[in-house]
Amino acid sequence: MKPVAFDYQRPASVEDAVALLQAHGRSAKLLSGGQSLGPMLNMRLVRPEVVIDLNDLLELDYVREAADVIEIGALTRHHRLATAPEILRALPLLAYAAATIGHFAIRQRGTIGGSLVHADPAAQLPLVAVTLAAEIVLRSAAGTRSIPAADFLQNVMTVDLNEDEMVVAIRFPKPSAAKAGWGMRLFSRRRGDFAIVSAAVWLRRNPDGRLADMRLGLGGVAPVPFRLHDLEDPDDEGAPGESWASDLAGQAAQRVEPEDAPGLPAVYRRELACNLLRGALTDALSLAGERHG
Amino acid sequence: MSKISMTVNGKPASGEAEGRTLLVEFLRGELGLTGTHVGCDTSQCGACVVHVNGEAVKACTMFAGEADGAEVTTIEGMANPDGSLNAIQQAFQDHHGLQCGFCTPGMVMSAAALLKDNPKPSEAEVRDYLEGNICRCTGYHNIVKAIMAASGQDVTAIAAE
Repeated sequence: MKPVAFDYQRPASVEDAVALLQAHGRSAKLLSGGQSLGPMLNMRLVRPEVVIDLNDLLELDYVREAADVIEIGALTRHHRLATAPEILRALPLLAYAAATIGHFAIRQRGTIGGSLVHADPAAQLPLVAVTLAAEIVLRSAAGTRSIPAADFLQNVMTVDLNEDEMVVAIRFPKPSAAKAGWGMRLFSRRRGDFAIVSAAVWLRRNPDGRLADMRLGLGGVAPVPFRLHDLEDPDDEGAPGESWASDLAGQAAQRVEPEDAPGLPAVYRRELACNLLRGALTDALSLAGERHG
Repeated sequence: MSKISMTVNGKPASGEAEGRTLLVEFLRGELGLTGTHVGCDTSQCGACVVHVNGEAVKACTMFAGEADGAEVTTIEGMANPDGSLNAIQQAFQDHHGLQCGFCTPGMVMSAAALLKDNPKPSEAEVRDYLEGNICRCTGYHNIVKAIMAASGQDVTAIAAE
């Protein structure tokens, strides 16, 4: 046996799950896909007294499209995020991000709710949730609240989640698809590993090619992924191109203060941030141009 | 301890498990199905891949309790009914798709899941799909070749390196 001994609970409904959370509080861990929690349990980095397995809560495995929002149940697996037609159409950045997580067998199990709660600073889904301004919906026995992803993610593996709360859904506002483009670039040294640095871009062009709207996100250069709000004002000086992308990426890289770690010096992460963001911007521009050209 | 029951390789199987018992430990220790290997215990190496309700999963990061009531297929369930090797297993043998064999059960289970979804994958698709299966003998070229051959494609152009 690798993990510590724990009491295994398998609630049949969200009500039962939050009741168990209320009863056990901090001594309990919620298990969804288990692709991060499993290894952490095996390595005894986590030693819960109770594990509450959410995998029977099929009511939380859904993708629902409304006029201006796509709501995704917390138990939705990465493989479904990567392949659901609604997500491929309205949130292609999210679909792409999900397809880059781990390996196939991991994507069959891992869930969007689990990834957001785990809040690894290098993970794809928190970056995309912040970039696309998603709302996290939380539930406890007392009721429901929702919070912007950027506020939910507080620090390395630390989120705004009370001990009696669980994530039940993630709501992504549907960005306008007209002349929109996106890009995501990641760098890891081995396929399937967490990226060292990652960049996500969503933008929209006016009919004349100028930028109408832009969102820039970076992961792996701070305790949590974040948006570069002050660089997102669309530049109205003509149509953006390659040198514009380089300049913007360079400015972004100057603003980040990554951790200086042995083998991964801050200058290296900053250089990665610059290159990845430039690439993501270039991809986004070309998509925004090609689709409705 | 509680009783766990599942269908393994088409037959009912049950045994005792603690909450913390991993699916792979249950299969190997309780059911005696030692064909599924444990490489890393952290979802990285893919030696423990089995199918649960038709989907490829890593059995080292799933608890036995999570598979209670499920349909599980392991490497022991892959041979043909008469005991001969199935097409994927035979292709691994024909194309020298293994050296020490430790990763092979996971490779075969991943390959089976791939070919179920994508019966005629390209070489690039096979390589992409296998990124979660690590072979320490560096036998990837012949593993890819074996999977391409098992899908009925011509592999004469794939170099044996």
